[in-house]
Amino acid sequence: MSAHLKVVRAGLFDTLQDLGRIGFMALGMPTAGAMDRIALRLANALCGNPAGAAGLEIGVMGPDLLVEAESVRIALVGPLSPALIEGPDAPTKPLDSDRTHLLKRGQTLKVGMVEGSSTAYLAVAGGFALPPFMGSLSTYARAGVGGFQGRRLAQGDALPLAREQAPAGEDKKLGQPFDYGSGPISIVWGPQDDHFSARGRRTFIESDYRVSKEADRMGIRFEGPTIEHATRVDKGGADIISDGIGPGAIQVPGAGLPIVLLADRQTVGGYPKIATVASADLPRLGRLLPGQTVRFAAITVEEAEQLRRDQEARFQRALAGFTAARPPGGIDLARLYEENLIDGIVYERDSASR
Amino acid sequence: MSVRYLSCGDTAFTVEFGNEISPEINGKVMALHAEIGRAKAIGRLPGVVETVPTMRSLMVSYDPLATSRSKLEPEIEALIARGLPTGMAMRRVSIPCCYDDPEFAPDLAEVAKRTKKTTEQVIAGHLASPFKVYVLGFMPGLAYVAGLEPSLYLPRRSQPRVRVPRSSVAIAMDMTTIYPFESPGGWHLIGRTPLWMFDQRREQPVFLAPGDSLSFQRIDRKSFDRIARDVESGTFDWAKLVQSA
Repeated sequence: MSAHLKVVRAGLFDTLQDLGRIGFMALGMPTAGAMDRIALRLANALCGNPAGAAGLEIGVMGPDLLVEAESVRIALVGPLSPALIEGPDAPTKPLDSDRTHLLKRGQTLKVGMVEGSSTAYLAVAGGFALPPFMGSLSTYARAGVGGFQGRRLAQGDALPLAREQAPAGEDKKLGQPFDYGSGPISIVWGPQDDHFSARGRRTFIESDYRVSKEADRMGIRFEGPTIEHATRVDKGGADIISDGIGPGAIQVPGAGLPIVLLADRQTVGGYPKIATVASADLPRLGRLLPGQTVRFAAITVEEAEQLRRDQEARFQRALAGFTAARPPGGIDLARLYEENLIDGIVYERDSASR
Repeated sequence: MSVRYLSCGDTAFTVEFGNEISPEINGKVMALHAEIGRAKAIGRLPGVVETVPTMRSLMVSYDPLATSRSKLEPEIEALIARGLPTGMAMRRVSIPCCYDDPEFAPDLAEVAKRTKKTTEQVIAGHLASPFKVYVLGFMPGLAYVAGLEPSLYLPRRSQPRVRVPRSSVAIAMDMTTIYPFESPGGWHLIGRTPLWMFDQRREQPVFLAPGDSLSFQRIDRKSFDRIARDVESGTFDWAKLVQSA
């Protein structure tokens, strides 16, 4: 009998994503992939999956998933409100984020609302048994490819699991929440910063920009002061001969408002791009919600590369800092040995009492 | 114009060969695209992820955890300085197109009127144009194909259509294109091919590639329906449309 997670109630924007469909931009194929790559990688690492495994990207409100398998180990990463585990013959219980949980046949995982970020991720140990398209399981819904039938999950879908039961081993959790950084979003000028006046460039880095309601996997349209092009827009100031669009490219069409292009961005485009978000700050962009305000601050390419290396080092430390997660009420042996040999026994705090 | 290196953050840069659309400039772009592909294939240029050719520039994307801009840019400069190959082997692709059905070619009469030609002359001009695929983008498999016979140049429609059927063949400015999916579009629809420019069942889902030479081959409605059936069922022999130039 094959193992599934059955969608008994669909969320709003749930798609399977991995780290992207790499190598086909020359054919016009967007990379897609997780909006918050840090969170997806953490979820996979908690489950013992390879970094490139696909997980479920959950936007705004997640699905209710019925376990139709002997057992499955899942990891939830991201701010959920919290998720719940239900039945069939036990009281409903909240599930902490940033850790794994062992679910049994007949239980329903109610992922619920994502709060304080636009995305959260669910990984399953062993991954999903779905065929990759062009080397990737990332869903690219505009072309109807990848993931589960190339689209968002809908009620009644049965997501096939690679394993009939969870691998042996104990649950793990993140030592502490990952530090995504704060302050202004770092950008590197270019590729077409010379298409903007000095005043336009100043406006861009000296103003607050608010995430509009037009924010999705393709990009985020910001609201705020308009950025002046170097040449009048009616004289072609907002047109270039189309060129390649990298992740985090910030294009400014004639109306003068910046659009940051993200995972599902088109591969080429004809609007000038004033700057590009540093790759270390892309996960922060992937977490922004409509109404939130950001500032942009310019750094050099070298500084952006260094930020990314520093972030990766922090990420590797986070992986090394995973600890055993025990069911509420159980004895936390790791903490007992590490910090509390004198006073006695330490109990893992019950998540519901926090 | 000398080569410019434009920053695209810390994961890519764009090598810009010029600021105009010309076969010479695009030839350099495609040659560098191919050259980097060859270097990668034999394990050189570690950290280069992929390259994106457009009409006049090549975006080189890289992994900042595996290499850096200051290491990579001189390597690309050296590739260009060594001299890029010219006259590369390109594919010649022939696309069957039905111009005769008014459902397929709703704008043919208007194009004829605005270019002061008969519809037959418009079709002949499209068939005789030396087309070349410059770039794929906007949606998977959508090719910007330049080389339209100059007497057929028209701006885009002032009122774009909300729905252009899949596989419509359209012209605007100095270009032609084939819609890989049903989508909105502002180009003039003058025919339809039974081919699908994007078919995820195929090992190579995208049919056209940058650098392809392209010509259209006129077919009637009966041939259209026959080819369409074979394309739909996955039995069509795509290889017979392609010749190595």
